[in-house]
Amino acid sequence: MRYLGHRLVQSLFLLLGVSVLSFIFVDLAPGSFFDEMRLNPQISSETVAKLRKQYGMDQPLPVRYMRWLKSTLKGELGFSFAYDAPVAPLLRSRARNTLLLTGSATLLGWLIALPLGILSAEKRKGWVDRTGTITTSVMLATPDLLLALGLLLFAARTRWLPVGGMSALDSGGQGVWQQTRSTAVHLVGPVVVLVLGSLPILMRHTRAAMIEALDSPYVRAARAHGVRRWRILFRHALPAAINPLVTLFGLSLGSLLSASLLIEVVMSWPGLGPLLLEAILARDLYVVIGAVMFASLFLVCGTLLGDLLLFVADPRIRTDELV
Amino acid sequence: MKQNRKIVVLMICLGGVHLVSLFAGFFSPYDFAQQDRDFPYLSPSQIHFRDAQGSVRWRPSVCLLVERPGDSGAYDEDKKKCFPVRFFVRGAEYRLLGLFQLDWHLFGVSPPAKIFLVGTDGYGRDVFSRLLYGSQVSLFSGLMATVLSLAVGALLGMVAGYYGGWIDAVVMRCTELFLALPWLYLLFALRAFLPLHISPILAFLLLIAVIGVVGWARPGRLIRGVVLSGKENQYVLAARLFGGSDVYLMRRHLLPQTYGILLTQAALLIPQYILAEVTLSFLGLGVGEPAPSWGNMLAALQQYSVLVSYWWMWAPGVVLIPVFLSYGLLASAMQARAAGMTREE
Repeated sequence: MRYLGHRLVQSLFLLLGVSVLSFIFVDLAPGSFFDEMRLNPQISSETVAKLRKQYGMDQPLPVRYMRWLKSTLKGELGFSFAYDAPVAPLLRSRARNTLLLTGSATLLGWLIALPLGILSAEKRKGWVDRTGTITTSVMLATPDLLLALGLLLFAARTRWLPVGGMSALDSGGQGVWQQTRSTAVHLVGPVVVLVLGSLPILMRHTRAAMIEALDSPYVRAARAHGVRRWRILFRHALPAAINPLVTLFGLSLGSLLSASLLIEVVMSWPGLGPLLLEAILARDLYVVIGAVMFASLFLVCGTLLGDLLLFVADPRIRTDELV
Repeated sequence: MKQNRKIVVLMICLGGVHLVSLFAGFFSPYDFAQQDRDFPYLSPSQIHFRDAQGSVRWRPSVCLLVERPGDSGAYDEDKKKCFPVRFFVRGAEYRLLGLFQLDWHLFGVSPPAKIFLVGTDGYGRDVFSRLLYGSQVSLFSGLMATVLSLAVGALLGMVAGYYGGWIDAVVMRCTELFLALPWLYLLFALRAFLPLHISPILAFLLLIAVIGVVGWARPGRLIRGVVLSGKENQYVLAARLFGGSDVYLMRRHLLPQTYGILLTQAALLIPQYILAEVTLSFLGLGVGEPAPSWGNMLAALQQYSVLVSYWWMWAPGVVLIPVFLSYGLLASAMQARAAGMTREE
């Protein structure tokens, strides 16, 4: 447990570092939310100055940072200029949607990639493996953006899927079941794009890890003893191959978050992505920082989860602790 | 050896693409901003290899378009007025490599006919010409951002690995920080606080700077690893014993050891950075109109009608695939080569 505690403290420091870094970048950058106001002839410069003071933007960087930290500890994450409200409640529902999207995409992606990767490694150099390798190379070269646009076109042409959003307009007044169904149908498009986007990388790594495990002497010995193929694959090779894959699981969450940022905007899924873009265009800096913080929180939680799984899956790490 | 040949072939292909991109002015028949307000969203021109009598002609020709009466937006070809496609013609002026004023183009048709190989966009601009000019932005921003990223990564990684101690600790914590952020979010956040409305050239340089700075962490860590083991080599120790300065040792003995990793990283990073430029421009945070980039050309697809009706507007997205495929194959060939070399040792 000491190992996990250590990782937890490390992650906290990491998040703190991220927040400091974003504040420094913000301070270095020219332009602010109030610049647009200054250009507006209907707003006097005194009003702008007063507003700046009210939001504490006239203070030096460390003061502003400490204030932000204080408001974060209260669970507010600063104040949005454009929405005139604390940032955290704004972000919370958006973050939940992003989590729903990336969570289901991660789960589905791994559920598909693991068997395919294992199959590809087992039938190495066979036609399954060859077509798999070629397909993954092409899929790897296809940008997510194109996949998303393609799916939109598909949805628009066939009308099998909704063309964006998260729930049908009329689903608000209906029961919980109806709403869930509507959300699930809307979830299909973005999840398919994210899964297709992450599948090739996951498959490649699964294949590589399995091949390495299958090439090891003990698997050859097991084969020589006449252990059945399925048993070799799942009892002998997979547990040995799982270690790098678990590490990848934590990392894959990060790349999926980046991918979902774009997909959300293109397919108008109300997650962190569209909010972040809006905030950037409006120069609503605490919302931007908040969105970045939420995203890095997800990523840190993902790697922590990966470490936890590794702890469970790999006896070597557990025994290290005892020594 | 097989990997070497593969690498050479891929390098030549990619080099060719970049060469065409550099000489975009020559290869494109029109200027990227030249509008034909009469022909918005025109589908690709039909190129005829037969004349009106039906006999085969060596020289392909393009016919004049006439609007169909009573149906605006639909055009018929006037088969009687066809103009041959000519090669090495004079047309709009452009600056080759930003230096020489020229007006020679690879191909074109004599006015009043027009040739649109990949159709036109909403302002009646030639998509083919924009694709070529846009590749200058998209391909080279990826390339230059990679150079910047690798330069920063190599410098910091080398310093961290060479000196060790607290310098190493600080640099490594920084890389962890950069790697802890989902990188597209980081990119957005950085872009968020730079001015929104700027000239295309400035936007281009800004994009390179932002993309390049965000990505230094991973190459930095790899370089540090190489330097960490590389500085224990006998010849490095010997050079140090003979009084070689730190800078000399790093430049002369440690940097060459990192070339393999730098090249492989470049092949991995360039497509990622091209995509970053395309993404930012697609969302209106990158290079703005009228200058074309593959990203802001794709942005037209955000309109439902364009997405569904005008398939040629997908061109910038489709050309991305072979480019990315080549870079991907190049990277895996380089990795396979490096793995083979270590096995031989």
